[in-house]
This record gives sequence, structure tokens and C-alpha cells, in this order.
Amino acid sequence: MNRTRHSMRRMLAPYVLLAPGLLWLIVFFVLPTIQMFLYSVSTGSVDFGYRLTWSFDAFTIIPKQFSRQFANSLIYGTLATIITFLISYPLAYFIAFRGGRYKNLVLFLVIAPFFTSFLIRTISWQIILGNNGPVIGLMHAVDIFRAVPENFTFMGEPVAVVSGLVYNFLPFMTLPLYVALERIDIRLIEAAQDLYAGPWRPRGWLYGAVGGAILGGFIGFGIDWDIPIFALVGAVLGTIILGVFVSESFLRVTFPLSLPGVFAGSLLTFIPALGDYVNATLLGSPKTQMIGNVIQARFLESNDYPIASALSIVLMVGIIVAVMLYARMLGTEDLSGGAML
Amino acid sequence: MTAIARDLAPARPRPGARQRLAAWVDRWGLAVYTVAAVAYLLMPIAVMIAFSFNEQVGKFNYQWHAFSLAAWLNPFGRPGMESAIITSLQIAFISTLVATALGTLIAVSLTRYQFPGRSATNLFIFLPMATPEIVMGASLLTLFVNTAQAPFDAIIPKGLLFPLGFNTILIAHIMFNISYVVVTVKARMAGFDRRLEEAAMDLGANEWTTFWRVTFPLIFPGILAAALLAFSLSIDDFVVTNFTSGLTNTFPIWVWGSIRNSLPVQINVVGTMIFGAAVLLVLGSTLLQRRGH
Repeated sequence: MNRTRHSMRRMLAPYVLLAPGLLWLIVFFVLPTIQMFLYSVSTGSVDFGYRLTWSFDAFTIIPKQFSRQFANSLIYGTLATIITFLISYPLAYFIAFRGGRYKNLVLFLVIAPFFTSFLIRTISWQIILGNNGPVIGLMHAVDIFRAVPENFTFMGEPVAVVSGLVYNFLPFMTLPLYVALERIDIRLIEAAQDLYAGPWRPRGWLYGAVGGAILGGFIGFGIDWDIPIFALVGAVLGTIILGVFVSESFLRVTFPLSLPGVFAGSLLTFIPALGDYVNATLLGSPKTQMIGNVIQARFLESNDYPIASALSIVLMVGIIVAVMLYARMLGTEDLSGGAML
Repeated sequence: MTAIARDLAPARPRPGARQRLAAWVDRWGLAVYTVAAVAYLLMPIAVMIAFSFNEQVGKFNYQWHAFSLAAWLNPFGRPGMESAIITSLQIAFISTLVATALGTLIAVSLTRYQFPGRSATNLFIFLPMATPEIVMGASLLTLFVNTAQAPFDAIIPKGLLFPLGFNTILIAHIMFNISYVVVTVKARMAGFDRRLEEAAMDLGANEWTTFWRVTFPLIFPGILAAALLAFSLSIDDFVVTNFTSGLTNTFPIWVWGSIRNSLPVQINVVGTMIFGAAVLLVLGSTLLQRRGH
């Protein structure tokens, strides 16, 4: 008798521990999502109330009216993810393999931006990229040939929005990359070198040139600047990086082993960047509006719940589809991301 | 090395220019790059601190005028600012306490027991972290607004969930913090030696005593780290709060509201204070943990 009661208790214990927290998440995470879906198929207004009519009008309006903002979100979010990856990888690599006694210090400095408010950081970027700011000042000072137009500006342009996104989400990329690189058994790399992995990949420079050109071209396209120039710069950098710095053991051992970190970091950057509206508001202009700006305005300013809800749902479904495609592409089975934390 | 000695040495291929460059980059390039990247990461913080010493000329603190301590001597001297900061602190404290308690229980359950539904729960916990903040905030808004409509308005007391305000911000913050607490505490518990608990039980301690005397002290650093994370996420949260705050101001909401008409130097002062406090807190807890080892 006592024994069965004891085993009953052991069987129930995990559920009792889970109950309060899970209940909170069900009531304030799952139910709201359902409620939002119901609003997206309702009609009415905030004054007269919403009636559930199962009308999908809100969804059919989206491609006609908001494809521009969705495109902006997708382009800026993808660019931000790619650029944070390019900036973060060498940084994470240094911390994991060459950090030595500075390892903890550099890690601390990488997360230091999180100790200030997200909004204030973005306001600082307004100052830095502003028309009276140091970057434009420096450009005009260095520009002896007067190649930079007098009214040259970053603010309101896609490049400012992407810069803000890159900066604000950079640590989300660096940390998982670092965790994944740190876990790599260094003996595997040594083994690759013992097995005649060369100091660089054969024809690596060629791959670097082509890849760099494509990447540079895409960045140029995304921020609406000169595509050929960006492609050229990308090709040159790609040639140098893959031709000189990147060894065969890195490409065949280190990088594949760090893929869980690449996966986790990309998601942690891409998902918040896609839904962001703070950077587009503070650094952008009407032409750089992202889908977050529309959702925010429709919910909080015009109280147009059906369309705003429909937009949020499309955003969410889009993210789920993108994550699944990406997971398949990288071959990462475990969606919870082994290198998350 | 003399010429003869070089000739006598075993034939070893001289490293090519490309190889030497690569070695040099490996030795110095990465370090230089890291310094540059860290400088980039810290630049906006430096700007924030510097501009907290700016003289207020006009409404917007976008341009450097002159060194001034005026804002530091009167850090909360803007209408609505002080109450917004107090609200932020209250919500951060309460949401941290609740979310840390609820999240730790989930983490304990997930790491210590094998039960049907465990992996589904693991995946479910991950969902709020994978959802964009804007979707979370917006969906909460629809839920709260709907409680004011029939039939819910008859069941839920007015003022609890609608109109939006302190309660709804708090609920939202607890919600998004739970997952982060679970993940942080779980990471800490992964290396936990179950035999310590079994030893305590063998020595006659019951489950309650075992938990408080053995388990809890061992996972406490993880709980502390989780609480710090939850606090910082809550006090800095803008997006979810933007959707759930109604007319109540937290500090980020206050900044957002003021940005259109003015950008007082005080914003940078408070930002610098928060930064300083966070740095001290993290350094303090690191030192504390180091001493514990």
C-alpha cells in the first residue's frame, strides 16, 4: 500500500513540477496565438467589436498591399544574418582557439552591449551614422577627390537599417558560434593536418572569388547600392580569404563541426531581425519600412486587428517554413539546436 | 645561419609567401581583427556615455555641444521619467522572481525525471524563444483585448487584464522569461551528479530535506544566472511591452514615447547607470562564483 502510493508520487512528481509554469505558457502563449488567429478571420472594428466570420479577406489583401514590406523584412533580415555571420565567425574563432588568457575578457566585451538598453544603443547609432556624425565626417575628410556627394547620407537608407540590425543582433550570432567551436576536439583538427590536409584548399581562391562576388552582389542589391562594385569587392575579399587564410582542415573539419552553432546563431539573428521595427523606425524612412512597422502601426495606431493579426500569422508561418528549409539545408536534425546555450 | 649550415640542413621546402602570410595572419591578424570587432561593439556604448555629459541645447541630444554635468546632477528630472523607471524595476523584480521559480521547477522536472511527454515539453519550452517578440506581444494584446468582450467580461474582473497596464506587462514578462530560465537552469543541471542525492536519501534524509540541503545548493549558481538573465531581459524589453503596456510607461516605453518630440540627455545618463550596474552585477557574481570553487 505504502509502496504503491510512493510510486504514484514518483510518477506524478514531474507533472506537478511542470504544471504551474506550463499552465502559464499555455494561457499566455498558446491561447493568445489562437486568439490572434481568430481575429485574423474576424470582421469588425474596435468600436463595434469583432465578429468571427471566418472571412479570409485579410489574408488576400496581404500580397497586394504589403509585399513591399515583407520583401524589405526578408532582404534586411537575410542580409543582417549573413553579415553578422561574416563578422562573428573570426571573432568566435579567436575566442575559442586563440583567446588564451583573454578569453573571458573578450566574451564579456562581446555581451557588453546587452548591458545597455536596446533603444539607447540604436539611438547611439543615430548619432554615429547621422549627417553630423563621425562616419560621414571621416568620409568627407578622407575624400580628397570629392567623390562623395555633399548631401551623402546614411540615415533613412537601407544601409542604416541593416547596420542597426547587424549591430543589435551580433552577440546572438557570436555566442552560439563560440560555444560550437569551443566544443570541437582539437585533436580532430590535428589529425586532419597529419593526414595531409593542406594549408589551403585546392582552387579555394576560385570558390572564394565566385562566392564572394555573389555575396557582395547580394549585399549591394539588398542595401540598394552599386551592385557591380560590391560584387567586385566581394570577389577580391573572397579570393584572399579562401585562397590564403582558410586551410583545408578548417573547411573539412572545423567548419562542418561548427554547423550546429551556425544554425543556432542564424536563427537567433534571423528571427528577431525579421520581426524588428525599432531599427527601421529609428534609422530608416518610409521606404525602408519592414513588416514589423506595419504590424505595430495596425495594432497600436489604427486598431485594425484582422489585418494586423493576419500579417503576424503570415510572418510566423513564414519563419517556421524558413527554419524548416534551413534545417534541411544544413542537415541539422535537432531543431532545439545543440549549441543554443 | 651561415650559408654552409643552410646547405647542410636537410632539404626542407621554404614556406611560400602565401604560407608565410597565412601564418602571420593566424598569429596577428585574428588578434587585430578581434580588437577591431570589440571596438565596433563598444562604440555605441562609448557614444552613450560621452553624450550623457553633453550640454542640453535644444530638444535633441544628437550633436555634441559642450561638457556638462547638468544631466548627471539631475538624472531623473524629466516628467514621467522617475515613475517609468520605478515601474520598470518593479516589473523586473516580480517577473524575475516568478519566472525563476516556475522555470526552475520545469528544469528540475525535465532533467530529473523520465516521463511520457518529456521531449514534447522540451520542444514546447523552446517555442517562445523561437517566436519573434512582435508576434508574442501582438497575440497577447489580442487576448487581453478580448477579455473585455462577452462572454469573458462577465468572468474576468475589469482591471485585471483590461485595460492594459502593470498587470499585463508583468504577465507578458513572466511568460517570455520562463523559457530562458528553463534553458539556463537545465544547462547547469546537465552535469549534476544524481548520486549525491541518493547518498543523502540513504543517510535518512527525506525528499524535501534532500532537495533543500543537497540539490538546491548545487544548482543555485544556475538559478542565479537564470535570474540575472531574466532581470536583464525584463528591464530592457521594449517590443512585447510596447504591445501590452497600454498607458503605463516602463523606461524603454518612456524613451520611445519621448523620442519623437525630444531626446533629453537624461536618457543617456540613465542608460549609463543601467550599464554600470549591470557590469558591476556580472563582475560581482563572477567573483562570487570563482570564490565558491
